[in-house]
Amino acid sequence: MAPNIRSLYSEKVMEHFKNPRNVGEIENPDGTGHVGNPVCGDIMELYIRVNDGVITDAKFKTFGCGAAIATSSMVTEMVKGKTIEEALEISNHAVAEALDGLPPIKMHCSVLAEEALKSAIDDYLNNSKGMDLESE
Amino acid sequence: MKRVYLDYAATTPTHPDVVTAMLPYLNDTFGNPSSIHSFGQEAKGAIEEARETIAALIGAKNDEIVFTSGGTEADNFAIKGVAYANEHRGNHIITNSIEHHAVIEPLKFLERRGFKVTYLPVDQYGMVDPQGVRKAVSEKTILISVMHANNEIGTIEPIAEIGRIAKEMGVYFHTDAAQTIGHIPIKVNELGVDLLAISAHKLYGPKGVGALYVRKGTKVAPFMHGGEQERRRRASTENVPGIVGFGKAMQIAQNEMGTEAERLTLLRGGLIEGLLERIDDIQLNGHPRKRLPNNVNVSVQFVEGESMLLNLDMEGIAASTGSACSSSSLEPSHVLLALGLPHEQAHGSLRFTLGRETTEEEIERVLEVLPPIVAKLRSMSPLLKSRV
Ligand code: FES
Repeated sequence: MAPNIRSLYSEKVMEHFKNPRNVGEIENPDGTGHVGNPVCGDIMELYIRVNDGVITDAKFKTFGCGAAIATSSMVTEMVKGKTIEEALEISNHAVAEALDGLPPIKMHCSVLAEEALKSAIDDYLNNSKGMDLESE
Repeated sequence: MKRVYLDYAATTPTHPDVVTAMLPYLNDTFGNPSSIHSFGQEAKGAIEEARETIAALIGAKNDEIVFTSGGTEADNFAIKGVAYANEHRGNHIITNSIEHHAVIEPLKFLERRGFKVTYLPVDQYGMVDPQGVRKAVSEKTILISVMHANNEIGTIEPIAEIGRIAKEMGVYFHTDAAQTIGHIPIKVNELGVDLLAISAHKLYGPKGVGALYVRKGTKVAPFMHGGEQERRRRASTENVPGIVGFGKAMQIAQNEMGTEAERLTLLRGGLIEGLLERIDDIQLNGHPRKRLPNNVNVSVQFVEGESMLLNLDMEGIAASTGSACSSSSLEPSHVLLALGLPHEQAHGSLRFTLGRETTEEEIERVLEVLPPIVAKLRSMSPLLKSRV
């Protein structure tokens, strides 16, 4: 079992864990990412709203550890206001860095956050292709 | 904020009287028990006194107690010791799927060296079936190892029944009693065990000391080779202060065990009832009745254990979990999986273990604090939605 769990995490992580930003779902989102963590079996869902190629809103739901919740919260903060291209550049390392680092054993949780984002963007791109076809 | 410690199964605070008893042996009475001068003999006298106390408490003879560095060493000693000393008779060992790592890992080590190990399943409460043990015995079987009570879920195993079978079949029987010693009565003859591993820090004694009971006549290879200590079964200068503290802790336990077990059973009942009442989709893990007086283990659905622990810790409450996220292997608890729990439920497990300082107020505190934590985490959980 983890030794002194609170000192395991940076203050930033604990802050996002305590007061996670953007918890919840977006109704009729433009993109949804649903990913499972093959390492420990956790689940993350990420929803995005996109206007004119810019992510204007993001929300998440996560079943996982402190790091998973904090990285979900951080990634939803980071993507807001970014274009799709910019958002695709966000790596798990960037998310971890924004949280002042994660213990090595918890890096895989940030990978989950990155994948959730990528999968939401993929979903958006697929949807919008569909929409383009419809409108033609 | 007053902190609430509910992780007594991990370790217990050292009893103040134990500390007092140990102090002289960290100061003036520092002699080496192997020395024949008075310094040495004083130390020797102290460890023999502790040996006597411990032997009497479990109904053993003095020379059947071997001091070790703890429960893990005692388990390793028993398992490898029997395996190495009885290799010529057979190479088969029987255990079960919910043993402590201190038993499972030495067994895996032996498997890599040609021994065969049968891991018997347990039922939904974590009970080993004695008849299953009987059926698993072959003429190659040299050892049966079943824990007295499980450290995670608190289930108390039918040791006496298995002991009778072991005796009938002429197979050595080892039990890991780290969780029960000093908490429920133990008499080696009633249990029918040949080897019994115990540890001091689970009963308000110091860390770094334990013992293995070895029934007279049991063939066990020495654990450490060197000097003549412990009748050549475990070389190394004795941990005199630790052993003295262990003896003192056992003495206190002997006097208080009965009333304390009763008190804790009541508190435990209150905690279990309160949790089941105030939180939906929660279940008790382990046996409803045949369980340690101080153990509460529940699975809270749709939430993950580490995040519950973090939240509890922020409220000053210390507990533990079998969640994959909080183990360094990132595997969920093998015990909970062996009960047949799906991954998600092992994930959402929480263990509270009560002890000497636990009060009704503390239990009430948990019952106040936990439901909102669960509600908050559930509001973030993608698992819940699929259900509503
Ligand atoms: S989500 Fe399981 S370790 Fe982070």
